Amino acid sequence: MWEALADRVVYGLLAMEAGRAAGALHFFLHETLKIGFLLLVVTHLMGLVQHAFPLERVRAAIADGRFRGFEHLAASSFGAVTPFCSCSSIPLFIGFLQGGIPLGVTFSFLITSPLVNEVALALFLGMFGWKVTLVYAVSGIALGTALGFALGRLGLERWVEAWVWDLAAPAGGGPAPASRLRGRELLRAVSRDAFSIFGKIGPYVVAGVGVGAAVHGYVPTGFFERWLSTTNPFAVPAAVLAAVPLYANAAGVIPIMEPLVDKGVPLGTALAFMMAVVGLSLPEAMILKKVMRPRLLATFFGSVAVSIVALGYGFNAIL
Amino acid sequence: MKITVLGPGCARCERLEKRARAVVAELGADATLEKIEEYAEIARRGVMSTPALAIDGTVVASGRVPSAGEISEWLQQASARGEG
Repeated sequence: MWEALADRVVYGLLAMEAGRAAGALHFFLHETLKIGFLLLVVTHLMGLVQHAFPLERVRAAIADGRFRGFEHLAASSFGAVTPFCSCSSIPLFIGFLQGGIPLGVTFSFLITSPLVNEVALALFLGMFGWKVTLVYAVSGIALGTALGFALGRLGLERWVEAWVWDLAAPAGGGPAPASRLRGRELLRAVSRDAFSIFGKIGPYVVAGVGVGAAVHGYVPTGFFERWLSTTNPFAVPAAVLAAVPLYANAAGVIPIMEPLVDKGVPLGTALAFMMAVVGLSLPEAMILKKVMRPRLLATFFGSVAVSIVALGYGFNAIL
Repeated sequence: MKITVLGPGCARCERLEKRARAVVAELGADATLEKIEEYAEIARRGVMSTPALAIDGTVVASGRVPSAGEISEWLQQASARGEG
């Protein structure tokens, strides 16, 4: 549908001749329309899901033992469907521990929450299609599950700042009964939030697709194979390291990656890079420093980084 | 009446504070507005996603910026409770 629309504009309305410029413009129009549409759909869906599972209820569900035996998987999956905001990560971290949820299970949630989020999913769907999106989401949830489980075995509780443990249960007992919206009011609120996300990241997406279009139109095929091939063992760790300072620009980065993959960057390396862009956030680390001692923070982020590198190698070997 | 905005100072927290102030002014409500930015205190109130809004100590919304209409309704309910 979007393809046909882009066709009509580029070759019909503007009567451009097939070539590099037309190819780049076509790519830009096609991808911007498609991603814009998907972004609105996914943010609306996630808004509704978020409303159906408020954090207070998620916490109660994990804490009451109904997921016994697979609480890491449950926490990681909830983390995937709950929208992430780095400014909420401390109240969430403390809230989970207050609710009696073990540290490892809390980590499962905390790792997956930024990794699998609505914006990344919409962009992946638009740029790479549903198969790669599914691989990304499933491996993100698996990473949170496994790593939370492993971190939970390490006895890291003493590296959480003491004041966190000292906090008594919330006054009034238990979760606050936050107001619930229904019907049209609910849809209106969800839509307002969705459009606000859309407006905030829209410029990054347009810029990202713009750079992507230039790559698509002007970089020769196979250009990156020389130094970013799967046989270069340093490519994946280098990609993960390079991704750390790019946080908050996931919206601009993912649209550039698809044409890069098209021109010879291995998909596994690209996936590891994008995972690191959304999953390893410096601002989040700075915030979490308030509740985690340096050793815990380093263990947490270090193990996430190492796991993403391992996933990158794995993807390159399989895909 | 005491209105509390809980949030570490993110953009949405500021939007909520501004909106709450505007509603108070519009209603001419007898209310004081306080802001809690400290993580420990936010957590102590049982709030897990910010920004959150509490009226007379009861959290009425968290993780979103409610509309002016909602806030105004809550304030009117609270003041009716206060008088009754």
